[in-house]
Amino acid sequence: MVPLSYYLVLSGILFACGVAGFLIKRNIITIFMSIELMLNGVNLSFVAFAAHWHALAGQVFVFFVMVVAAAEAAVGLAIIIAVYRTRETLNVDQVNLLKL
Amino acid sequence: MISVHLILFLAFGAVALAGAVNLLAQTHPINSALSLIAVMAALAGEYLLLGAEFVAAVQVIVYAGAIMVLFVFVIMLLNAGIEDRTKGSRVAVLFGIPGMLLGSLLVAWVLLRHSGTEAVAVGALPGAPKTIGMLLFHEFLLPFEITSILILIAIMGAVVLASKPPTAPPVEKVSD
Repeated sequence: MVPLSYYLVLSGILFACGVAGFLIKRNIITIFMSIELMLNGVNLSFVAFAAHWHALAGQVFVFFVMVVAAAEAAVGLAIIIAVYRTRETLNVDQVNLLKL
Repeated sequence: MISVHLILFLAFGAVALAGAVNLLAQTHPINSALSLIAVMAALAGEYLLLGAEFVAAVQVIVYAGAIMVLFVFVIMLLNAGIEDRTKGSRVAVLFGIPGMLLGSLLVAWVLLRHSGTEAVAVGALPGAPKTIGMLLFHEFLLPFEITSILILIAIMGAVVLASKPPTAPPVEKVSD
């Protein structure tokens, strides 16, 4: 038996790691992976709450989050490829203009 | 008394945390991607502990499988190297790290102290694919159909964005 709060603390720590990575990382792909880490942290709390409240809808929400994450990954990585093609760099500090 | 459930939770949680910290510590994107895969696999274990079998399977297949393969593919495609370090501001280090520690301690204390003490039991909730499917195709039918449109738009967007832009006009053929 594991209390709900343990799951919530783990989920919060994962989310915080994602936020920290989003802020300190300089590679655009790693920043994108930090966003995925944040989504995973949120998913964990969804499942934990679903188990706690005996509501299966929480697990369905996780399914939708995964679908949106997949769509986001496809479009985001395409954008990264387009950015790399025009700027020849993945460092976000050098990508500071919307239009070249 | 420490139950097997708690031990498994701590083991999977430790793997997830180590992966998340490693993602931050590594400088090469491919190492970060691999540690993110470790985080996702460990989270699939946590989902199994919570009785969410379907979500655990989808986590491994879709997240750790499909999405991360996409990431690794792009890292390889763009030949991403070690990232450059940029100098952060001194104030951020001086105040940010203690502030973050304080905030996380506060949140952990509130959650551990004031949240419900009810425990989540193994197998308390059937998360089998059949149950999820019944829910998905009855109550959540409209959102489910809308996500299919979202996926379609994402496919088209990815194709349009990643395709080569029309470059210089084709060279005229030398006619003689």
